[in-house]
Amino acid sequence: MTGQQAENDVILQIKNVSKHFGGLVAVSEVTFDLPRGQILGLIGPNGAGKTTLFNVINGVYPPTEGRIIFRDTDVSGKQPYDVVHLGLARTHQIVRPLNDLTVLENVMAGACYGHEQHPLREAREIALEVLEFVGLVERYDTLASSLNVAQKKRLEMARALAARPYLLLLDEVLAGLNPTEIAEMVQVVRKIREQGVTIFIIEHVMHALMNVSDRVIVLDYGELIAEGTPEEIADNPKVIEAYLGDPKLAERLLRGEED
Amino acid sequence: MNSWKYPAFWLTVVVVIVGGAVPYVTGSNTWRENMFLILLAIALASSLNILLGYAGYVSFGHIVFFGLGGYVGFYLIAEQAWSLWPATLAGGVAAGILALLLGLAILRLRGAYFALATIGVNEAVRTFINNFDLFGGPIGLELNFSVYRDYGGPATMQWITYSTVFALTLLVVIVSYGIKFSRFGLGLMAIREDEDAAMVMGVRTPMAKTMAYVLSAIVPGMLGVIFFFRNSSVEPHEAFRLHRSIEMIVMVMLGGQGTVLGPLFGAATYEALRGYLLTSPLFKDLQLALAGLLLLLIILFVPSGVIGWLRGRFRRLWRVLE
Repeated sequence: MTGQQAENDVILQIKNVSKHFGGLVAVSEVTFDLPRGQILGLIGPNGAGKTTLFNVINGVYPPTEGRIIFRDTDVSGKQPYDVVHLGLARTHQIVRPLNDLTVLENVMAGACYGHEQHPLREAREIALEVLEFVGLVERYDTLASSLNVAQKKRLEMARALAARPYLLLLDEVLAGLNPTEIAEMVQVVRKIREQGVTIFIIEHVMHALMNVSDRVIVLDYGELIAEGTPEEIADNPKVIEAYLGDPKLAERLLRGEED
Repeated sequence: MNSWKYPAFWLTVVVVIVGGAVPYVTGSNTWRENMFLILLAIALASSLNILLGYAGYVSFGHIVFFGLGGYVGFYLIAEQAWSLWPATLAGGVAAGILALLLGLAILRLRGAYFALATIGVNEAVRTFINNFDLFGGPIGLELNFSVYRDYGGPATMQWITYSTVFALTLLVVIVSYGIKFSRFGLGLMAIREDEDAAMVMGVRTPMAKTMAYVLSAIVPGMLGVIFFFRNSSVEPHEAFRLHRSIEMIVMVMLGGQGTVLGPLFGAATYEALRGYLLTSPLFKDLQLALAGLLLLLIILFVPSGVIGWLRGRFRRLWRVLE
């Protein structure tokens, strides 16, 4: 029965998941659990399969093998809209604003069609609340295309949050931001977690990721090569070799000297 | 949905009502004939706009719904002695069912592939009707003039059909407005802007697109019945003219895709221009060439159309021009 108990505290289980594109193995037999309420970081060199793993989790691609269990439901191979309706939202690495719609309409669409499926009027209130939360509310009436990169990243985040998810997948929300913007965004991520949302985050801005994550997993050539606390990961020789290259670099990155 | 609170809604409705009322006020047959064609164009363009403007799917063969609906309704009137009203509904239902079946089959295609498929569908349906004996094959069907007696004779019938098209136009415009400011409309516009992102946001894209396709097909199907009933005959090349589809696209693009007022403005302008060109000795054979040129110029220089351009230029007009 204790086993059952533990199961209930796991929001997402990735069981032996692989994704092949023809002969290319993008994700290879990856297995891990994501406990409820945690911030789990995902790192790995370019092309390691991080975004592909996200795409498989939220249904953009069906997995070639393996199963994805989200809140005790098998979501492997489900359509993205079915997955988000169950309460799993995501942002995109390359922002995808609905350009010809206003900021508010973008976020309202997230609330209308997300987990809670709100009617328009309630969606508007949720959207304004979420825009306030991510600090974009003063731009609510402008077209999404007129935002700058940092604001578009916030918009992505707001749209995903408006879906009121249990689990949020964040794909490089810090990339391309300046240090001030990064610090602000990290605060937003922390606040999201305080609201009880579990977060799974891909990030290249290493010191920020190491700061914000409870646990980190590392992908290299589609394989899961390490899993642990940020400190354990930074000390793991396999990770250093695969990803960071130089052990001393790892230390410096952790302290945030790269910026 | 509280569209009645918006000035843009009233502006649109009043424009249609005032324009449509002119023939009644003047009692002039010429006005009635002109307005009949203009309202028909507005209703067709506004229907297409639900798919083209809101969901962003270009249908090059949209006239197929007008033609098929028209054929079904006409057959029921001419051969099965149905009255005009149930036959008109049947035409709409037939067009809706065709759109539903097609939607399930070809709406998985995107962009140019979907556009090409819609042309193929129009040609396929035309060829089918051409060889379908029940619908008279290549000769088509004709109506016995005595049928008009049930509608008060040919003259009264002209007014009755005019009023029906007037009512249908008003219906399409109001429905377009309703969709635009609904949850469903927001989903369609999400699809138009980025279909993959829309799916990730939770829009059930296959269903939303099919719904939009069906909604954009029903009224054209009904209009076909009225049009051919009034015409007293229907034949394949008359019902499925590919260039009518293209003219519908020109109307939507000219006014501004995705706006409610745009197709209205575009259709009225284009139809008036067409009327002028067809009667002018210089241009009468060049009318379609000019339509093509117009489309090219719009796409190159004002891709958002006249209403879209005005909205982009003058932010204050947002609430008035939708």
